[in-house]
Amino acid sequence: MSLFRIGFLPLVDAALPIIAHEFGLAKAEGVAIEMVRDPSWATVRDRLIYRQTDAAHLLAPLAIATSMGLDRPAVPLGAPFMLGLNGNAVTLSTRIAAQLEHREITLLGRAFAALAKSEAQAGRKLRLAVVHRYSSHNYMLRYWLAGCGCDPDADVEIVVVPPPFIADALESGEIDGSCVGEPWNSVAVERGVGVMIAPTTQIWSRGVEKVLAFRQETLTERSEDVAALIRALHAAGTIAADPAQRGAVAAMLARPGYIDQPAALIERALGNRMVLSAGASPTAIPDFLVLHRETANFPWRSQAMWLYSQMVRWGHATLAPDGFEVAAGVFRPDIYRAALASTGAILPGASAKVEGGIAQPIGVSSVSGRLIMGPDRFFDGRLFDPDRAAAYLSEN
Amino acid sequence: MIEEGLRETGFSDVVTLVGRVGLVARIAALAPDVVLINLENPGRDVLEESFAISRALARPIAMFVDQSDEAAIAEAVDAGISAYIVDGMRKERIKPILELAVKRFNAFSRLQTELAEAKSALAERKSVDRAKALLMKRRNIDEPAAYALLRKQAMDSGRRIAEVAEALVTASALLGDDL
Repeated sequence: MSLFRIGFLPLVDAALPIIAHEFGLAKAEGVAIEMVRDPSWATVRDRLIYRQTDAAHLLAPLAIATSMGLDRPAVPLGAPFMLGLNGNAVTLSTRIAAQLEHREITLLGRAFAALAKSEAQAGRKLRLAVVHRYSSHNYMLRYWLAGCGCDPDADVEIVVVPPPFIADALESGEIDGSCVGEPWNSVAVERGVGVMIAPTTQIWSRGVEKVLAFRQETLTERSEDVAALIRALHAAGTIAADPAQRGAVAAMLARPGYIDQPAALIERALGNRMVLSAGASPTAIPDFLVLHRETANFPWRSQAMWLYSQMVRWGHATLAPDGFEVAAGVFRPDIYRAALASTGAILPGASAKVEGGIAQPIGVSSVSGRLIMGPDRFFDGRLFDPDRAAAYLSEN
Repeated sequence: MIEEGLRETGFSDVVTLVGRVGLVARIAALAPDVVLINLENPGRDVLEESFAISRALARPIAMFVDQSDEAAIAEAVDAGISAYIVDGMRKERIKPILELAVKRFNAFSRLQTELAEAKSALAERKSVDRAKALLMKRRNIDEPAAYALLRKQAMDSGRRIAEVAEALVTASALLGDDL
């Protein structure tokens, strides 16, 4: 059987390949999966580009940065399948959270901006942690702060802390807040050291997150196997979205070889019911983590382009004439469509869309019938039109 | 081990850093030519962030030199190490460092495997001894006879003597026998 070694970090959104493996879905498609757990994104990336793994659970912006060769020689990666949307949250230390009374995302952001500025003036710049330079966490956090009048490069300090250390760092005062994926917000909340103030779904309600990345050459050389793996992952999505399977999935992810944290904490993100502060009762947060619904697994080229716009905006990449095209080329909707063509899966006809344009769920036509698109608004109501990407940049 | 090896090869200025907090500040203060880091170290993302920033401040640090080193780098990744090298450092100087680190790291993993094997061999001998003692007491036989009994049971059931011994010790503990 054709084997895919898949690198991953202990996070809830590594669920689909794990389910595909554990529920025998990969085997049913004639491929085998071996999950390779690592403690840092740098190592997940290195194992992929130096062929210790065949695919990786990877931050979408990191896949783009690697393909562009931003900090190192470029290795072209391709992402034909998204492992989910959203799933992160901003968690502040209990001390800072107590000083912010608003919870509506814009008012909260403005209150935070005011606090951050006054702390900075007093010489106590607040430190916020993200999980990697090239992470959606970093770009969502920056987008929100900047949109609320807080300059992320001047009014606060943004640092990198690996997810499993977020709770420790909040407790020791090393950081004042973080933007991290689950279950690490819940771990901090449970320990009483953090308050979850803003799920990133409130910043961008259909935010691009992790991808399943391959070396581009693997996509060509093993195209049949890759297609089989995509079908297995799509089937895994159906299980992840089934409330009846939630307990079993959480228990499976909780194992020491995967996330190694209590199943009860993992289940919160799977069920979109988050405990925001220690001892509070759960709050329903619609679309906190979208692992499969609608077109969550479809690699929209426009989402890669939005990420590139943010990389340029914050000086992480220089604006190249073909930059948007290169970024979009990392996402491979063509492979997604070809793999799922005969399965009855919903396949959008377009490969790009205006991001942020849907306020209410709407039905649109697709290759295989009606498709419901959920709201994908940014908190500030801005639109990202992939046909006017350069103009979008100049509006900042 | 790597540190020792580097010193023997004539690299005198070697510093080993342990712990996550303040790692970047200490590296900045040391201003090293090369940083070697274990792939299992969760601090890698933090390090790369600081390198990316320092790049912007015209203190360029790049991971690996160029793609012609791909084979050497792949070997390092296989061994479990990653290297960050100050841009502009001469390649002839980097190669031996990386090669030595890989060699030492492989030797270290071998040592760890051997240690683990030795430990488990010791544990196995302990349970065989305890199983023998149990048999000698319960059946009133001498040591060679007890061992012969264990060996026969192992052969009959297609298991290792240590497994049979372990099973006997566990069963006897459950049944409340004491040694």
